[in-house]
Amino acid sequence: MTTSLDRDTDTRTDGAPPPPVDADATPAEGESPWMRRLPWVSGPLMLVALLGIWQFAVSVVGVSEFILPAPAAVVGALGDLFADPEIGSHIGVTLFEVLAGFGIALVVGVAVGATLGRIAWLQRAVQPALVALQVVPKVAFVPIFVIWFGFGPTSKIIMAALLAFFPIMLNVMLGVRSVDRGHRDVMRGLGASKWATFRDMELPTTLPYVFAGAEVAIVFSVIGAIVGEYLGGSQGLGYLVVSSLNALDAPRLFAVIVLLAVLGSLLYVAVTTVKKVVIPWHDSVRTGV
Amino acid sequence: MTTQQTPTATWTPPPVRRDEFDASGDTAEPVGSRAVGLRVAGVDKTYTTRRGDVHALSDIDLEVGRGEFVSLVGRSGCGKTTLLRVLSGLLAPTAGTVEAGDRPAWVAGRRDDAVFAEFGLVFQEANLFPWFTVVDNVALPLKLRGVGKAERRARATELCATVGLTGFEDSYPRELSGGMRQRAAIARALACDPSVLLMDEPFGALDAMTRDRMNLELQQIHAVSGTTVVFVTHSISEAVFLADRVVLLTPRPGRIRSVTPIDLPRPRTVEVEATAEFGELVVGLRRQLDEED
Repeated sequence: MTTSLDRDTDTRTDGAPPPPVDADATPAEGESPWMRRLPWVSGPLMLVALLGIWQFAVSVVGVSEFILPAPAAVVGALGDLFADPEIGSHIGVTLFEVLAGFGIALVVGVAVGATLGRIAWLQRAVQPALVALQVVPKVAFVPIFVIWFGFGPTSKIIMAALLAFFPIMLNVMLGVRSVDRGHRDVMRGLGASKWATFRDMELPTTLPYVFAGAEVAIVFSVIGAIVGEYLGGSQGLGYLVVSSLNALDAPRLFAVIVLLAVLGSLLYVAVTTVKKVVIPWHDSVRTGV
Repeated sequence: MTTQQTPTATWTPPPVRRDEFDASGDTAEPVGSRAVGLRVAGVDKTYTTRRGDVHALSDIDLEVGRGEFVSLVGRSGCGKTTLLRVLSGLLAPTAGTVEAGDRPAWVAGRRDDAVFAEFGLVFQEANLFPWFTVVDNVALPLKLRGVGKAERRARATELCATVGLTGFEDSYPRELSGGMRQRAAIARALACDPSVLLMDEPFGALDAMTRDRMNLELQQIHAVSGTTVVFVTHSISEAVFLADRVVLLTPRPGRIRSVTPIDLPRPRTVEVEATAEFGELVVGLRRQLDEED
């Protein structure tokens, strides 16, 4: 116990600024090294446990390999997938659809959210339409988009954009309205110009909301693109899932899903990494949420 | 009793001590300007709310001398914050004028940004921007004036030293204690050498010991910078400790009840609070407040 306390004190004094002058000063609450490392330990442990239960179900319980192929078989199928020269283009197509849809949602979502957040009457006016669009299960539109835009990537991009649009737009609308009154007083008191007020106060206030929306939106974009590919077309990872299913190739089906999980995780990590660079000051960055 | 009971507050020349600062410091008086820092004449403020009109301020006349420290005291709801917001340019008066160095600050309900840019504001909350480090927060007024990056950083670092924040320049506000945040807010207010410093219960949210120390430091900052200060507080002893004059406001509608000159010698230390003179001043003001009930 004492050793961990000592270590704690060491990390704080090491290269840190002189201790606060005030009696009530709270030292910058540093997370203990243990807390910081915890997810890096628990993550792999859970993965190992999952693989263990999986292998146990296959080899001991004897679940049919059509229902649950052995982990080794899935790894083998993954190897086969990567041996296929086509796989690069499938990944590329899905990635393109996700990123294009996400990009459109980001631009349109920020623009619409900022506009509605600033113009109260307009927001009131479009409220019924927004609620209606929000509660409708949007993936139900995929067949319509296929009719309108064909079996190519366009219908999938639009599906991805539609799903990703709402979390961004709603968050930005909230963010634009969340400017602190005290901060406003400061800028008004200094006689700040409209542009300076935007640059130094409104934009930094809204950015955390943009990222909160983007973190949800990137996941939704992947869903949109995959569902789109399920329903039509002959390209992308979603198509590979469906074709594996039709061929009753369970190991390949699982392998593509693993690939999709990795792709989704990497995209999410990319968004949070950008967030950490752009708003390092924000609480969500500091606590790692 | 040293209390002056006339409701109209006219300013008497500052004590000799102040002149010494002017002579030695860089606060030389501009030619032709009278030594008035802030003049408030006939200010009236009525709010229109859903439940009818609220008369918040009635016929406020006040002159604050250059370099003078004036405290506004009164019960909550007496209009002292409203008055300070009018002086700060954040709230338009319904009637009356506010002048800084003979320049009108409010013209027909519209604020003259150039005049208010000369004012430094400190609020009850520090209101630091969480996305800026301490030094960037302090440098904000300079940034808005187009001062170059290196220059404003140098100036802000100096100001951090003035308020005792050396070593915390690159910290974020959330890493500071309440007292340190308020120091940073004061440094920010001082950044563009304000001719008038307006403070709205800046230490109200701090504990008593931190508050005492901040009062001593504020006295020091005021003595060195020689700026005019208008300081709103609900603590009579804080008002007496800091001020050259204490202005007592009474509510519904907010009006000036009395103006009390405080002739305690400076620099004042915590011991001054134990003197009979200090006690008499506080009791006298307290009695005036109680007469309201």
